[in-house]
Amino acid sequence: MPTIQLKVNGQDHTVDADPQMPLLWVLRDLIGLKGTKFGCGMALCGACTVHLEGNPIRSCSFPVSAAAGKKITTIEGISANTDHAVQKAWIELQVPQCGYCQSGQIMSAVALLKSNPKPTDEDIDTAMNGNLCRCGTYQRIKQAIHRASEIMQS
Amino acid sequence: MSTSSIDRRKFIQITGITGTGFLLGLQQRGYGKTAVASFTNEAAGYNLSPYILIEKSGGITIFNTRPEIGQGTAQSIPALICEELEVPLEQVTIKQSGGEKQFGAFQGVGGSYSVRGSYMELRKVGASAREMLLTAASQQWSVPVTECRAEAGKVIHASSGKSLTYGELAEAASKLQVPKKPVLKDPKDFKILGKAAPRPDVPLKSSGKAVFGIDADVPGMVYASVEFCPVIGGKLISVDDAKSKAVTGVSQVEKCERIVGIYRHDGVAVIADTYWAALQGRKALNIKWDKADKEAFSSLAYNQKMRNLAKEEGKPDNKNTGDDTALYAAPVLVEAFYETPFVSHSPIEPMNCTAHWKDDGVEIWTSTQVPSELVSEVSREFGLPAEKVKLNVPYSGGAFGRRLINDYVLTSVALSKKIGKPVKQIWTREDDTRLGPFRPPTFSLLKAGLGRNGMPMAFRHKVISPSIEASMDKRYDKGKMDKGMTEGISDQDYLFPNMKNSYVFADVDIPLLYWRAVTSTTLAFAHECFIDEMAVKAGKDPLGYRLSLLKENSSTYRLLQKLKEVSGWEKPLQKGKGRGVAQYKFFAGQCGHVVEVTRKGDGVTIDKVWSVIDMGTVVNPDTVKAQVEGAVVMAITAAIKNGITFDKGQTVQSNFNNNPILRISEMPDIEVHILTDQTGQIFGAGEPGLPPLAPALCNAVFAATGKRIRKLPFDVNKIA
Ligand code: FES
Ligand code: FES
Repeated sequence: MPTIQLKVNGQDHTVDADPQMPLLWVLRDLIGLKGTKFGCGMALCGACTVHLEGNPIRSCSFPVSAAAGKKITTIEGISANTDHAVQKAWIELQVPQCGYCQSGQIMSAVALLKSNPKPTDEDIDTAMNGNLCRCGTYQRIKQAIHRASEIMQS
Repeated sequence: MSTSSIDRRKFIQITGITGTGFLLGLQQRGYGKTAVASFTNEAAGYNLSPYILIEKSGGITIFNTRPEIGQGTAQSIPALICEELEVPLEQVTIKQSGGEKQFGAFQGVGGSYSVRGSYMELRKVGASAREMLLTAASQQWSVPVTECRAEAGKVIHASSGKSLTYGELAEAASKLQVPKKPVLKDPKDFKILGKAAPRPDVPLKSSGKAVFGIDADVPGMVYASVEFCPVIGGKLISVDDAKSKAVTGVSQVEKCERIVGIYRHDGVAVIADTYWAALQGRKALNIKWDKADKEAFSSLAYNQKMRNLAKEEGKPDNKNTGDDTALYAAPVLVEAFYETPFVSHSPIEPMNCTAHWKDDGVEIWTSTQVPSELVSEVSREFGLPAEKVKLNVPYSGGAFGRRLINDYVLTSVALSKKIGKPVKQIWTREDDTRLGPFRPPTFSLLKAGLGRNGMPMAFRHKVISPSIEASMDKRYDKGKMDKGMTEGISDQDYLFPNMKNSYVFADVDIPLLYWRAVTSTTLAFAHECFIDEMAVKAGKDPLGYRLSLLKENSSTYRLLQKLKEVSGWEKPLQKGKGRGVAQYKFFAGQCGHVVEVTRKGDGVTIDKVWSVIDMGTVVNPDTVKAQVEGAVVMAITAAIKNGITFDKGQTVQSNFNNNPILRISEMPDIEVHILTDQTGQIFGAGEPGLPPLAPALCNAVFAATGKRIRKLPFDVNKIA
């Protein structure tokens, strides 16, 4: 197994893995960061969303070798105390139900707000359309992204 | 849980239940336990009931027997105890029970039953404990108990200014007799119940810290992925695993089984040191299946069979009030046939279970709706005493009925037993989509005879469907009137002078299961669209027509009046828009929707949903609203997205590309209103929002386009 160097949430990790192994399983099972979730394995649900150099990617369909040496951020890396504006808004509006899709939702929302601090409803629809929620929390997600935007401006 | 279980109070060591559950909620302040640590405090605690444990240090643990699957029981269930115990939720640690005997015979969630099924019982648990703590304090101070009051985890003696914490009183209180009839608080003094309150699991679920079944991590654990026959029910002939075993990381290939209801399906498990390797190994398997008699099954043929069965005389239910003379004597006959598909549950967390077979029993980590059932099933299947089945119940990444059965658990336990190591088995999304069990389809033949004034003289609803019960129980009587498959059709408040509803059983060899709101989700579509057809035939406004069929003191009348008011039903609509209404009363409770749509191209856009849910008594209005919002989304998916179909014995759909669920860009606005009353009644929150959505939507489509939808799912962008 080749050795691969990864930079996750500011920390360096060395893993022995099949270069084709999706980043998702490396993060969850080899590094132990289990906040990133498995939902479909085919880039269809967004549960596995993480940031690569700040951009959201679906880690279930992203070979670990392509992430070598790049800056990876997972849900565990966006704040130390659950106090990112997006997380504050998520808690204020009580967004999660089962919660399983929410790491991915939050990672997509964080990326959206970074590139577009004041998104419209349409911007939110476009940025969040790849993140499925079977519990149906979409209305609150939309409200919470607007609220996070407000929190970030203040 | 029974009242007598409250009396089984005894002093126990916390260690006696250590490790039997995960820490679910956590106080963000208070005793400073960490978010995901398991509860391994060795200090002694005192049980004032099996559900309440108070440590000398003051730490209070509340045991929750209703797993959190997204519906808010991590807050609503402990809230019932905490309200009466006089302790803020933020001060307690909430721990999920794992089927242990002391927590009662039924530990589980389903049927929107958690809060309504526990409402009085758990308040009594809290009130008894509060009275014991008050008595302990009054004895210690030698003052009348009436001079003491409980507040925020303390007992206070106002005139002397003395106070003692529950921790200081716990030992003495635990030695007192448990009051048989504790005095419950007056609802006007409630501090927690009835108020929108934040859920303890939300911060964990907003930070990736919440632990789900799939996150179980056991030292020495290996991963498994199991191939079942793609033709549902196919038998294993042989397996060539040479290529599979050559995959780096793969250690073993083992035959296994899936037990689902009355079926036992063969499988081949690939065991590896990573899940990825197990998946690669699985792809490399070369399996011969005997599919002989299963390959003939297809949706096309089955649907035709159900249509043919509609001609048969059904078994009428016991609400049958007349013969057919009135029906055929009526001046106007309305008749329609409605069809619905199989659907999948598709929680985003796929089925998974980690099991560790040890010398002295088995330990299990899994997302489940039914801890107590799971323990008894494993104990039955493997011949273990229940105490030897140690179950850890983390959060569930959705369930919707799917986690009421333990097929995936039994497979994992058997694999761990066979290979002698802890095994984490994870289904792929494809497994989850293809293998079921599914919500069964129901077809409905409806007839109504109307008088010249448009009022009904006779009404008939015949259901043709396979049966969930038949899928679960070999002794099922195929000739009976199946109450589960005709849910609610004879329980609506509408006054029909002559009604005969009936059931025709249609055999099928596909595993079936309860789906959120069960059969009401399909029957309400037929029933409430047909009421609309009757209104149209009568030339009446659909909402007004419904009101004219109801007694003014009925719950349905009140619900529809509220819907009329909040939706602005009487305000004229712009051209191209349409409104539809529907309601359904069934075992879980009652909800109604008004849906507004706008014509767009060959289809419509779904703009807005107004929902009214009748709760009777509400514990957390914000959670109830969230449940209705979610129910609406799930019901729209079932109405307008792909259902499950079969061809040559195989499920055609496999993942979210061909079995899609609603996306954020397709969301209507949802406005939820809650009805309450002072009667002390309490209804469910999780399911009632589903059944009326499809009919309200299709009635709106009719209002906007003149096209009547009688078959689900339908394409909202292209209405035929
Ligand atoms: S698990 Fe990666 S998108 Fe679904
Ligand atoms: S909160 Fe359950 S899937 Fe989104």
